[in-house]
Amino acid sequence: MTRDSRPATRDLVIVGGGPAGMAAAIAAHEAGVKDILLLERDQYLGGILNQCIHTGFGLHHFKEDLTGPEYADRFIKRIEALPEIEASLRSFVVKLTGDKVLTYLKPGTMEVVKAKALIMATGCRERTREMVHIAGTRPAGVYPAGLAQKMINIEGWLPGKEAVIVGSGDIGLIMARRFALEGAKVKAVIEVQKESRGLVRNVVQCLEDFAIPLYFRHRVARIMGKDRVEKVLIENVETKESFELTCDTVLISVGLIPENELIEMACVEIDSMTNSPVSKAVNLCSIPGIFVCGNSYKVYDLVDSVTRDSIKAGQMAADYLREPK
Amino acid sequence: MIRKMTCIDCPVGCQLEVEVEGGQVIKVTGNKCEKGLTYARQEVERPLRILTTTVLTSGLNVKMVPVRTNKPIPKDRLLAAMAAVRQVRLDHPVKVGETIVKDILNLDTDLIATREAF
Repeated sequence: MTRDSRPATRDLVIVGGGPAGMAAAIAAHEAGVKDILLLERDQYLGGILNQCIHTGFGLHHFKEDLTGPEYADRFIKRIEALPEIEASLRSFVVKLTGDKVLTYLKPGTMEVVKAKALIMATGCRERTREMVHIAGTRPAGVYPAGLAQKMINIEGWLPGKEAVIVGSGDIGLIMARRFALEGAKVKAVIEVQKESRGLVRNVVQCLEDFAIPLYFRHRVARIMGKDRVEKVLIENVETKESFELTCDTVLISVGLIPENELIEMACVEIDSMTNSPVSKAVNLCSIPGIFVCGNSYKVYDLVDSVTRDSIKAGQMAADYLREPK
Repeated sequence: MIRKMTCIDCPVGCQLEVEVEGGQVIKVTGNKCEKGLTYARQEVERPLRILTTTVLTSGLNVKMVPVRTNKPIPKDRLLAAMAAVRQVRLDHPVKVGETIVKDILNLDTDLIATREAF
C-alpha cells in the first residue's frame, strides 16, 4: 500500500466464519446490509462445528437432532447463495484499530480494509494444562481435548492408545467416547468437583456405555514420563489418598476462554477475569460500531443459543449502519 | 434385580430404579413422568444409540468425512459397526445426507455423510 492510498471501505466486516459469524452475516443481510465481508482463517466455513461430529446440535433452532457439520452446512449453504456476502477464506486478521481498520493475511497477500460496522465472532480457545497447575514432566501426549478431537475427526490421527481425561465437561466426555469407539482405552475421567459439568446424557452415553470410570473429587496431581506420557498420579482431594494410572495420553478438558486479542489491540475494554468484553448488553463492547458475538462474547453451552444471539448481533450492526453519524 | 440408571430422554435426568426380571422391566421408580417408563424399557430390553464417526477418503478435498447412522442401532453393535466403517474408503463426492454404506451390518440402517466432500 502506498502512503496516500486509503484502505477499501466495506459496510460490514465480520471476523470468524463459525456459527456466530455465519448467523450474524445472514441476519445482517436480511436486515438490509448488502455489502458484507466475512473473514475466515480456515479453508472452510463452519468453525469448530466441523470437528464436532456427534449429535445434539439444533434441538432448539431447527427442532432436529443434528451433528455439528450438518448444523454448519445449513448456514454455509445459505451464505453461498447470497452474493452480497463475500466469504474470504484463509484470511487471518493480524491487526485491528479502534477506528475499525483491519489488516489480514491471505495466501500471498496482505489486505487492509476499513469497516463501517464490525462484528467479531472469533470464538474461544481451550484452557490448558498450565492453567490448572499439574505438576510433573512435560512429555509428548498431553493435549487439550478439543485439539485431540480435531486430530481424530479432521486429520484422521489417533493421538494415543491409553488415555486419562482431566475434567468431565462435555468435550472431555465426548472425547472419552470417541477414543473408546476408535479402539483406544480410556483409563479414567478425573473430575475435581462433586459432579460432572457435562450433560447427563453425555455421562451415560459416553462413559457408562463404555464402562469408563469417572472419579469425582479427584485431580491429576502429576504427569510422569520422559519423552512420552508414561503414567499419571491421581489424588483424592479430600482424603489426599493417591494412586497411579499408566497411560500414554492425557486430555485436558478444563473449560474455554473467549478469544479477544484483536479487540484488545483496538483498546476495547476486556474483563480480565472472564476475557469477555466489558459490556452493557449482549453483543456490545466499549467501542460503538464494534459488536462481539458467540463464544468470543461469552462461552455458551449450546450452539443454538450462539445462533440466537448472533442473529441479534447482525440486526444490531444493521441498525448501527442506518443511524445518522 | 434392581438396575439404577439415569433417564436421558430430557435434560432433567431422573435417577431411575428399575426392577428387572429375566430381561423384562417389572417396575420403575424415580421417574417424574411417563417417559421414564418408556426409557427404562428401551434401555433394559434393547438399548439403542446413534453412531457418529468418520470415514477415510481418497482423492477428495477432506481426509475424513463425518458420518452417522440414519437410525439408532443396538448399543452392543456399536463396536462391530466401527469395524465395518474402518473398511470403507470413500473415493467419490458426497452431499450431506447421502448414503455411504447401505444397510450396515444388516441392521436396516444406512451410514450417511454429515458433511459434503468433493
